[in-house]
Amino acid sequence: MMEPGLNHILFISTALFFIGIFGFLTRRNLITMLMSIELVLNSVNINFVAFNKYLWPHKLDGLFFSIFVIAIAAAEAAVAIAIIINLYRSHQSIDVENAEDLKF
Amino acid sequence: MSGSTIIFYLLSILTLVSGILSVTTRKIFRAAIFLLFSLIGIAGLYFWMQYEFIAAVQIVVYVGGITVLIIFSIFLTQQAGELLPQQNRKRVLFSLLAAFSGFGLTLLQIIQHSFNKTLESSILPTMENIGNQMLGLEDNGFSLPFEVVSILLLAAMIGCIVIALRSKPTTV
Repeated sequence: MMEPGLNHILFISTALFFIGIFGFLTRRNLITMLMSIELVLNSVNINFVAFNKYLWPHKLDGLFFSIFVIAIAAAEAAVAIAIIINLYRSHQSIDVENAEDLKF
Repeated sequence: MSGSTIIFYLLSILTLVSGILSVTTRKIFRAAIFLLFSLIGIAGLYFWMQYEFIAAVQIVVYVGGITVLIIFSIFLTQQAGELLPQQNRKRVLFSLLAAFSGFGLTLLQIIQHSFNKTLESSILPTMENIGNQMLGLEDNGFSLPFEVVSILLLAAMIGCIVIALRSKPTTV
């Protein structure tokens, strides 16, 4: 095993990103799709912090980007869960196959 | 092999394995718990990189906030002990194909690209530096995005309340 560096962290974040993409493509339940999106956003945050640490340590831009991404992800999750609960109230289901009122 | 290397590999195994289990398990509550462990592993990676502030933010916002929100919404919308429906085989196959080809392509780019490190002296991500730059008005200050994000959070909060508000039953 090698001493971990930038490439190792990039490998982890890439793997996590595509795990999230896989979950987003296969899951049909809105809450589990939201969880996959959280994984994707987190992998991007790892990237920002790793680039800040290893390539541009004379600035803190990557750290600020990840802080703003976390804030926006929190807002997004809150709005998404409000919409999901409202959808469950009117349709008694949160499966994407059943939520097709806006389709046509 | 030093202790730091071992800790790095343990954290990455925790993150990736619980991430995979979180998107493949058929019990939705377990998916939320595995997501929790994956987020804790990511916070550990931030600690490993010595970005303590962002690790603390990760634990407070994700592990303490978003996961609890997700678990609450599972309780509100799901019948207990019910398995998620079986996936369509064809869809799983093609999603695996898409994920693996994207993963391979990105990895190829990462391996081929040579990253150039800057030669300037580094600043430490201490709380003092972060705070000064976050609210700084001069160059490299982030006070405008900070204010914009505050407005966005306020709007999202009001939006959540309005969306989730139970509409009054109309009395006849």
